[in-house]
Amino acid sequence: MTRGDCTLLVNGETLMLDASGAAWWAAEKTLVFADLHFEKGSSYARSGQFLPPYDTRATLRRIAALIAHFHPERVIALGDSFHDGGAGARLGEEEIALLAALTRAVVWVWVEGNHDPDPPAWLGGTIKSDIAVGGLTFRHIPLAEPCAGEVAGHIHPVTRISRGGLSLRRRCFVSDGLRLLLPAFGAYTGGYDVREESVTSLFAREFAVFALGRERVYAVAGPAHVLARKKNVEAQPKATAIKTVNRP
Amino acid sequence: MCYRFTMTAAALTPFLLPERFARWFATRGWSPRPHQLQLIEHASRGESVLLVAPTGGGKTLAGFLPSLIELAPLPARCSRVLHTLYISPLKALAVDVARNLEAPVSEMGLDVKIETRTGDTPAGRRQRQRFSPPDILLTTPEQLALLLSHRDAPRMFGHLRAVVLDELHAIANSKRGDLLALDLARLAKLAPNHRRVGLSATVADPVPLQRYLVPQSPPGENLSELVRAKGGAVPQIGILASEEYVPWAGHLARHAMSDVMAAIKLAKTTLVFVNTRRQAELTFQDLWRINDDNLAIALHHGSLAPEQRRKVEAAMAAGRLKAVVCTSTLDLGIDWGAVDNVVCIGAPKGAARLVQRIGRANHRLEEPSCALLVPANRFEVLECEAAREAVIAGELDGERLKTGSLDVLAQHVLGMACAANFAEDDLYAEVISAAPYRDLPREDFTRVVDFVATGGYALKRYDRYAKLRKTPDGLWRLAHPRLAQNYRLNAGTIVEDPMIDIRLQSKGRPIGAGGRTLGQMEEYFVEQLAPGDTFVFAGEVLAFQGIHEDVAYVSRTNDTEAEVPSYNGGKFPLSTFLAQRVREMVSDPERWQALPDPVHEWLRIQEWRSVIPQPGQLLVETFPRGHRFYLVCYPFEGRLAHQTLGMLVTRRLERLHLQPTGFSANEYALAVWGRRDLSGVNLGALFDQDMLGDDLDAWLAESNLYKRTFKNCAVIAGLIERRSPLKEKTGRQVTFSTDLIYDVLREHEPDHILLRATYQDAATGLLDVARLGDMLARVKGRIISRKLDRVSPLAVPALLEISKEMIAGEAAEEMLRETEDALIADAMRVE
Repeated sequence: MTRGDCTLLVNGETLMLDASGAAWWAAEKTLVFADLHFEKGSSYARSGQFLPPYDTRATLRRIAALIAHFHPERVIALGDSFHDGGAGARLGEEEIALLAALTRAVVWVWVEGNHDPDPPAWLGGTIKSDIAVGGLTFRHIPLAEPCAGEVAGHIHPVTRISRGGLSLRRRCFVSDGLRLLLPAFGAYTGGYDVREESVTSLFAREFAVFALGRERVYAVAGPAHVLARKKNVEAQPKATAIKTVNRP
Repeated sequence: MCYRFTMTAAALTPFLLPERFARWFATRGWSPRPHQLQLIEHASRGESVLLVAPTGGGKTLAGFLPSLIELAPLPARCSRVLHTLYISPLKALAVDVARNLEAPVSEMGLDVKIETRTGDTPAGRRQRQRFSPPDILLTTPEQLALLLSHRDAPRMFGHLRAVVLDELHAIANSKRGDLLALDLARLAKLAPNHRRVGLSATVADPVPLQRYLVPQSPPGENLSELVRAKGGAVPQIGILASEEYVPWAGHLARHAMSDVMAAIKLAKTTLVFVNTRRQAELTFQDLWRINDDNLAIALHHGSLAPEQRRKVEAAMAAGRLKAVVCTSTLDLGIDWGAVDNVVCIGAPKGAARLVQRIGRANHRLEEPSCALLVPANRFEVLECEAAREAVIAGELDGERLKTGSLDVLAQHVLGMACAANFAEDDLYAEVISAAPYRDLPREDFTRVVDFVATGGYALKRYDRYAKLRKTPDGLWRLAHPRLAQNYRLNAGTIVEDPMIDIRLQSKGRPIGAGGRTLGQMEEYFVEQLAPGDTFVFAGEVLAFQGIHEDVAYVSRTNDTEAEVPSYNGGKFPLSTFLAQRVREMVSDPERWQALPDPVHEWLRIQEWRSVIPQPGQLLVETFPRGHRFYLVCYPFEGRLAHQTLGMLVTRRLERLHLQPTGFSANEYALAVWGRRDLSGVNLGALFDQDMLGDDLDAWLAESNLYKRTFKNCAVIAGLIERRSPLKEKTGRQVTFSTDLIYDVLREHEPDHILLRATYQDAATGLLDVARLGDMLARVKGRIISRKLDRVSPLAVPALLEISKEMIAGEAAEEMLRETEDALIADAMRVE
């Protein structure tokens, strides 16, 4: 396990980016993840598409493993935790029991998302439209204008890496050092390329991209002042030496 | 169609051929061929029969004569019942056959109504055909499936007397063939006394098709009757291979284009066959570059817009073209009388495929057809030579028929539920009467029905959304009529690769700001490009700029060569039969005399520097080159099987800490390399059959090819809908979501029926696991190895091959790591 390898300064706060797609804020003992989309699979059943009904379970087991690893005091689910209004009612018994145990064990905050403006309160935890802690503000949909300290979901960023005629597509974190976008965490959630306007329009300056690997997160693009996670990386980059991604 | 006078059949004629028909033959100056009369005889006894005949043998008329004879004496009538159903793999062929049938019908003054039904038939006529059918209906397997899913199918097909299956050899061994077999089983139930006629090109072993043609009653085996038409003249096959220069690798045969052009000039009309769409593009461009006489040379392949294809076909029919560069899209189809020459660029891959293609230039049995083979590299010279010898000796590859796919069965079960409520026992009995499904265990059938009803998961979450429900008397019924509408939108077994639009970026504007559309390319190819990469499309070298909202933007370049090779390997694997013949040819120095000098010399030096393997042996060579150590083996089992072998062998080498770093595969050989000397490895253990167990499973879990197979199964089985009445789901969305679904399903329910279907498919299809298994068994104890100090002649083509399968697992991590290192190195650079 090489967790803890990729840390990032966001508006002065140090966050650790985990290969699962969650962010760990050690100073506040806070674990953050976005876009769980519980019961996305079963939402297709009404139209006759019976997707494997194991997505919520798969997502919850990954969350449970993270909690066992980091021992957070606070968990922030960054919106769109439930795929639709009926998702809570469609949860199976095992999923309900697992969720209840998790929300009892820590301070659990459901941030409202556009898919779940009204998350099912009976599952435990508290519901907030957004939450500010220290230098950071956690909300689902990033504000249109640059916003220092904002940590958001909603976008589902993915990045594509091409080398030597081969290509990989990975979920990713995106940050310019002021705000941070989290990848979607849910098992059935897809994504949008970071080169699309929905991402590039959010940043006034160059941003860095951190792709999820099997066991750790890899910085795959971005300016050095954002990548200054290793002590010896100079914060004064030469513009030509940096692969920019927001101006393809 | 053309039938020449033959004396042999004349004596038989009066007994079988009614006066009116005999007169018609006579006025045309023809006499019925013996096989035509034999078919009439079988039909008079109500027997089903397979007719195996080369092209130009009057096969289609033979199929219809018995039906016309039965229909001729009927009185004039306004209300008709469907007498004969004709199924063709191509709608264009169905339309053409209908047109050709009109001649005898009108010339004999028969009151026989003939109609076609394809996706292009107006909705009004399709509706009418169900209530007031013609005597003879010509259609495709997909249309038949749709017709059978209607509640009035028993009325439409209840009086059916005959089914004619055209080009049966081309359709039986595919998922379309599975669907057709299931539909034939339903027809046998609706009209138990109908007979069938299968029309097939020459095949090595007709028994599987004879079995396919008639209802099975397991455990016994039923076969149709067999009629073999007399073979035609032996074709004249030339091989274009220079005595001076034969390329070491590659598939394009660009060195030979002026010779191809010369062959086109000499003939009246030429079909130039290639093996892939992009190869067609490039060959077309290459020919036009030297087309100084402005000959009418056209292009025909599957990615072209249908209107454009139709235009080419029409120009061809009118005799306005000098040549068409085409892919397998023209392997079958309308007989164009003007075609008198066939050029095959690249290796033929199978003797039967070669015969099929050569047959396109054959219109008269008694005259030999002409073909020119153009091998693109040294191994292909061997393959072409082996194919030529096989065809002249009249030997063909006998491929085993596949077992019925479970995803197709799932689609069929839903279709049958749309038609009527069913008892599970009855439908099972019907399904196993179809040859591809005769060995289907009852338990699997139940699981497929369960899959259709509620998804078939151990976790019963979808009962309240069930598509099929049990009636009080124990029958399955469709839960809602809306589902029938969905079924009809999604039926079919052909899943197209998702395509992406290619647009030219407007000068001085950002991508996404519009631009001229150049065409479409396979999405998986575009995904491999990084901004700035150059590639060939529509005959130009273009630079990839980026993707914006599902459109790939490109700009023009002045480069003459593209960085990213756009050739993606052949679509068809080398047939087992032909591979065997190539191995024999390599092993026998006496036969090298027949080969062009460069190829002959190549094998001689191989013999001197290393060794020539005997048939049945597997040669493994190891040698250093650059700062790598190589291991190259020569199974001759096709690229797909070699890729799978490459994955498995590298896994094993990794476990032995021999640090393999890559491999490449072509049709004939596999090359593996790494940082450490591979000469000491125990080859018996490395190539042991047990690699097909756990190693294969572990690799499959991460293989992109396997995920693509899963996607196809998920779409055909109806897990994912291609189209819903509400919105069109783009192929793009389907791609990513099936990968995620696959991961979750594999983790939580590894025995799910759809994963079984995927494995079954992959084993025979994309991964060729079955063939790999046969090969490993064959070479057990017969591996010979050579430790060399440098690369051997035989190894060169394998090393030059550019293998481009998408990577997964450790290799993907390695790529991420390299990208990060490069970024950091960049950021750290002090200038």
